Parts: sequence; C-alpha cells; structure tokens
Amino acid sequence: MAPRKTAASTTRKSRAKKPAIGKDIADFDKEQELQAYRDMLLIRRFEEKAGQLYGMGFIGGFCHLYIGQEAVITGVMMALKEGDQIITGYRDHGHMLATGMEPRGVMAELTGRRNGYSRGKGGSMHMFSTEKNFYGGHGIVGAQVPLGTGLAFANRYRENDNLSAVFYGDGAANQGQVYESFNMAELWRLPVIYVVENNRYAMGTSVARASAQTDFSQRGVSFSIPGYQVDGMDVRAVKAAAEAAAEHCRAGNGPIILEMLTYRYRGHSMSDPAKYRSKDEVQKMRSEHDPIEQVKARLLENKWASEDELKSIDKSVREVVADSAEFAQSDPEPDPSELYTDILR
Amino acid sequence: MPIDILMPALSPTMEEGTLSKWMKKEGDSVTAGDVIAEIETDKATMEVEAVDEGTIGKIVVPEGSEGVKVNSVIAVLLGEDEDAGALDAASSEKPAAEQPKEADESPAPQAKPVAAAPKAEIASDPDIPSGTEMVSISVREALRDAMAEEMRADPDVFVMGEEVAEYQGAYKVTQGLLDEFGPKRVVDTPITEHGFAGVGVGAAMAGLKPIVEFMTFNFAMQAMDQIINSAAKTHYMSGGQMAAPIVFRGPNGAAARVAAQHSQCYASWYSHIPGLKVVMPYTAADAKGLLKAAIRDPNPVIFLENELLYGHSFDVPKLDDFVLPIGKARIHRSGTDVTIVSFGIGMTYADEAATELAKSGIESEVIDLRTIRPMDIETVVESVKKTGRLVTVEEGFPQSSVGTEIATRVMQQAFDYLDAPVATIAGRDVPMPYAANLEKLALPSTAEVIEAVKAVTYTA
Repeated sequence: MAPRKTAASTTRKSRAKKPAIGKDIADFDKEQELQAYRDMLLIRRFEEKAGQLYGMGFIGGFCHLYIGQEAVITGVMMALKEGDQIITGYRDHGHMLATGMEPRGVMAELTGRRNGYSRGKGGSMHMFSTEKNFYGGHGIVGAQVPLGTGLAFANRYRENDNLSAVFYGDGAANQGQVYESFNMAELWRLPVIYVVENNRYAMGTSVARASAQTDFSQRGVSFSIPGYQVDGMDVRAVKAAAEAAAEHCRAGNGPIILEMLTYRYRGHSMSDPAKYRSKDEVQKMRSEHDPIEQVKARLLENKWASEDELKSIDKSVREVVADSAEFAQSDPEPDPSELYTDILR
Repeated sequence: MPIDILMPALSPTMEEGTLSKWMKKEGDSVTAGDVIAEIETDKATMEVEAVDEGTIGKIVVPEGSEGVKVNSVIAVLLGEDEDAGALDAASSEKPAAEQPKEADESPAPQAKPVAAAPKAEIASDPDIPSGTEMVSISVREALRDAMAEEMRADPDVFVMGEEVAEYQGAYKVTQGLLDEFGPKRVVDTPITEHGFAGVGVGAAMAGLKPIVEFMTFNFAMQAMDQIINSAAKTHYMSGGQMAAPIVFRGPNGAAARVAAQHSQCYASWYSHIPGLKVVMPYTAADAKGLLKAAIRDPNPVIFLENELLYGHSFDVPKLDDFVLPIGKARIHRSGTDVTIVSFGIGMTYADEAATELAKSGIESEVIDLRTIRPMDIETVVESVKKTGRLVTVEEGFPQSSVGTEIATRVMQQAFDYLDAPVATIAGRDVPMPYAANLEKLALPSTAEVIEAVKAVTYTA
C-alpha cells in the first residue's frame, strides 16, 4: 500500500519555542540573598522547634516537617505577586510562613490553641489565611490540585491578572484527580502553576517504586502542558523557573508544570522509622545541597555578610521562633463552646 | 542558661523508649540539626537532632538505657560562654523537666456535658400576598427559573457540569441558560466528577458561587471526597475563615429501569455530614424557592432532585423573588389521626395514601420535610403530639435511613405522646434490580403506606 500523506500535526495548537525554564539561575543581589537566607532559616528553625514541641507532647497527631525543602516555596514566593494564590497539601508549615502568616498563629495551631489560625480546630494540616491568599493546608493527598485549579478558574472568571500556584508531592502526582485537573486547566487555559515537590519519597515509597514515569515534569505531556525540572535545592533556580512560569500563565498560555527536585531530611511524619533510605543519602544531601548553606556560602564569598552578621540573623530568627513556641504553649486551649462554632456560616 | 535536652516522643502514644546511642559526647559542640543521639521503641528508631547550638555539658542518661520516660532530661546543653559550673546552678533551679501537658488539664470538657449545639433560628415561609397569581409549571422549569433568576441577580453565580450548556442539560434542566448567559457562566465539563467537583469547590473558596450539576448523584460518589472533605469541613477546619458557597444539584434516587448503579437515594448519606445542608424538594414551588435559597446560602448545599418529578407540574406563585427557608418542613395536608413524614418523591406515596385513607375516615397530617439537614424535627414532634402516631416514607435503603433518624428523635422527644411504634417505610434492603416486576417490589408503594397507617392507628 502506498504511503499516505497525513496531517502534519495533531496538536491542538502550536507553541512558542520552549524557553530555558529550569536551566536558568536567577542573579540575586545582596538584598535578595539576605531575604532568601532569612526566609529559609525561619522555616528551618520553625520546623526544628515544631519537631521539638512534638517530641515534648505539645503537638499531637500528624506533623510533617518541611526541613530540606525550604528553597521551593521561598523561591516561588520571590517570583509571585500580590494577589496570587497558594495552595498545598499537608506538609504546609513552610508555605504558611513564606506567605507571611504569623509564626505565632501557625505554632499555636500546631499546639491546638485558641489563637491558632484555625482556632485550634484544624491542626498542622489544615490552616488557611484568606488575608495572605493561602488556601490551605489540605490533608487528603492530591485534593488540593482540583481546588487550586478552581482558584485559577475563579481568576479567569473574574478576568484578573492573578494565578494560583498549586503544590503537591511526588506521591500526590499519582492521584487520578491530578490528571482530571490537568485536562480542565489546559482545556480552559487556566492560569495555574503546578509545582511538584519531588522529595523522592511518598511516605516510605521511593519514586522509582511508585511511579512508571518518574519525570514528573512530563506528566502533562498528554494534555500538552509544558513542564520543566528545576533544582529545587537552589533558591535562585526556583525563583527563575517560577518567574518564567508566571509569565507563561499571565500571558494566557494556560497551565505549566514545574518539577522541583528536592529532598526532605526528616521522616514523612514524626513517627517515621526512616528504614527506607540510608543515612549516607540523607547526609550527602545535607552536606552538599543544603539550600540554606548554599546561600550562606555565597553571602560569605561575596562578602555581603560576615559570619557575625549571619549569626545575628540566626539569632533574630531564633527569637521569633522561640516567641512563637512560648506563645503556642501558653495560649489557652479553645473554649469548650468552640466545639459548635464554625460548622456553618 | 543551660538548655535541657529532653527525651522526645516518636508518636503521641509513646511513653518511654531506649536511648540506644549517643552520637556526641560531653564537651562536643553541636549546631542545630546535628544528630546527637538515637532512640528506639519497639516500632521504630529515631535520630534526635539538636535544636539549639552549644556544647554538650552533661549526658544525663547513658546510652543503652531502656525505659527512658518521654520528656525526661537526657542531656544538658551549654550555650556560648557557659561552663560546666552553670550546670549545678541550673539543676538546683530546675530539677525536673517541665510537665508539658499542663494546658490539657485546665478545662475538663468531659467532666460536665458540653452545651448542645445552638439552635439556629429558621424563618417561616414568606406570606404570599393575596391575589398573587399562581402559575402551573413543571419542577424542571422551576429549577431552571431559579438558576436563571439568581444568575441575573449575581454575576458570581455560574453553573457547571456535564452537558449543561450546548446539550441544554442531560435532563433539560439547564435549558436556555447558555443562550442567556453564555459559555463563561454555563460551563460544559469533561466527564470528570472528582475533578470538576474539586474545581467548583476551589472556585467557591475563592468567592464565586458555583452550581455544580451532577448528571445523577450516583456519579457524585466519584466526587465524594471533594464534597465532604473539601467543601463541608473547610469552614470548621479554618476556624470560620473560609467557606465554600456551592450548590451540588442533580437527580437522585431511582428513575425507571436503570438498575442498581443509577438508582440510589443519597439523602441519608449526605444528611450524616456536619457542614452540609441537604435539601430534597417535592413540589415545583419548593424546588424553585429552595434552590434560590441554596444558591444564596454561604454554605455547601446538596440539592437532591428526582428525574421522575421533573415533568410533574405544580402551582408556583408568580412573584419576582420567591425564596423559601432551608430547614423548614411544610405541612402538606392537615390531619388529626396520624402523621406521615416524607420528602422528595416519597411524597407521592404519602399524598396518595392520605387521600385514600380519608375515604375511610382516617385523617392524615402529611409533612413534607423538604430539608433533610438541618432537620425540622420540631414540626414533626408538634404533629405527633397531636396525632400520637407516625409513619415515615422514603425510597432510600432502610438501614440508617432518614426515617430511622426521625423515629429516634421522636422517640426521644415525644415518647409519651406515641400510641404506637413508629413505622418506617423505605426501599428494600437490596441493590435495585433491573426487571420491571422486581424493581416495583424494591420500592415502597401507596398500599404499603396505607397498611402502615392502619397498623399504627389500629384500624387494620
């Protein structure tokens, strides 16, 4: 049979040449380096304190720490603008601090006290701040992806210039609702950045053991959603990628996927035996790729800060964290009458 | 001042553990994040990381110690410029670890019963001015008119679902809406219930007021997590900060000959969930007035319709803005001998039975519940106080049904007024069969209601 001529392409539309998203490293000036250092250190110290309070019994239930992944939310926040929305899963303390939520309110929610962001009724995985455009804090793996797509739907409906950044992990990336969301987001050209925080382990299961396609940036291919891998341990790379992604969304090009290659130092939750990976692996990431140490080294190398100045930043961060911990321990529990409030509006 | 390093807990239930190994020795300096020790329980091992900087001043619990209580001091950390002399001073100041649970002890909510949930005031039906023209319209048209009126009044209201726009609605409930409001506000979705329910909830969290149509509530089981976990619970879990003003609507329950997967009634399922309102109208007037109320309600509302009722026509008052209160039952027919409570299509059996029974002198008071949650049990109890007898009618499964809930509450609140056990009529406890004769057997019937009324009135 003679070869037939077929249509040149079945793609729905042509796309502009792929930019070098994921390869670029943002040039940080002194102020940006210092800001990144301070913001990431706040998350690190806050999480260490949360871990400590958990160990002391002040924090109950589940508590998923963000230590190691600080550059992801910090870099993304440096690229977004006022009005953009953030939504994530249950490893959410870092995102809350990065959006500017008060450490006191976050820590008091962790201890289940009345001045916590959810008045003590949500806990670690369920906090929100409409003021800071932080839409949670969701405890069901992957549920935030359609929700965040809905935030983007609302932005397009209102014809504003805002986008939503939806964070989820390599584990959530295997949930069906993620792909239902991809389909609608591309179909309706919604302004949404899907940020996959690939920290290599879904609880105790490594990416390779759970995922047929381990390159999460390519999970949007069948929906024609572009995706890029980014060094999620380098805050400058994250910022550069997020900036390009935001530009893509705001130009009306629809969704985009950024896979952040990152690592969590701690267990999945506090009660994680951590038998699924070697200590050497953790140690290697800590010593060679730590997001905070990277910034620190650059600050010192460029002589933008002295050891003493960095120490004093650390001290002031520690004071903020200590204050939040003290507040979270002394703040009273919710009044029993709160049991029946906030069920309906 | 020296800092006590305490024995951490791996989980909230852990009380003690083994300090298996010290990674640092006295005199070693540590920085935050350094692993200083390993602890072990029967379930897991955990590394203890330093939270503060300093020098290990003293190791209080040697490695290999078993049964180390959580929160006991395992080591003491000296800060900068502190020497071992500070240790003695510290130990006399603070001999034991602080008891972290003290806050838990202050209020003792278990000791005295917590106040019951506050009762919300629910308005009565609005008075319809005398001389108001009544127009006979179908339930289908009433629902469409309700959506159209609310969409005209509020640009944040939009409708989304499968085939709602270009197809004009799988059951033609959204007929004409695309023409009037355009594709931005009448949104055809892919067949992706879990996904579009979540997108709707997200849009609601951002302040829009979506009406999400399910082609049938049977498909909403795919979306259950977004409805329950994301829509219903967020207001509570956010301490009142964030809500989801959304309506999930569509046909519910058995239609005709569509078998088990397409015939379930979800009234009792959704009525289980705090944070939801659940409405199930029977008449066209209620469908219109309650759907308008549901769209305006700042909470997630489950609005359960019925395919077989779509074509039924009822009188609807011709008013510019006819809104009915959610949470208020309607006395459909007054009577003195027995109370029959039903809702949705169950009302067809209740109503027919009451007409038939009146012929033999039994006057039934028929109450249309209209809203399943919050449930207007007061209206039912008041009626039972008058009649002393109660029959409930619904098409859903019998176990944990709406009827059993009503029976329980009436037993608790009007026990002394009951002259007979409550009869609860429901669908049979079987998946809906396809065969015409079996399907008929699986559903309640008017004859069954009549029989139940005769039984509770001892007139059989």
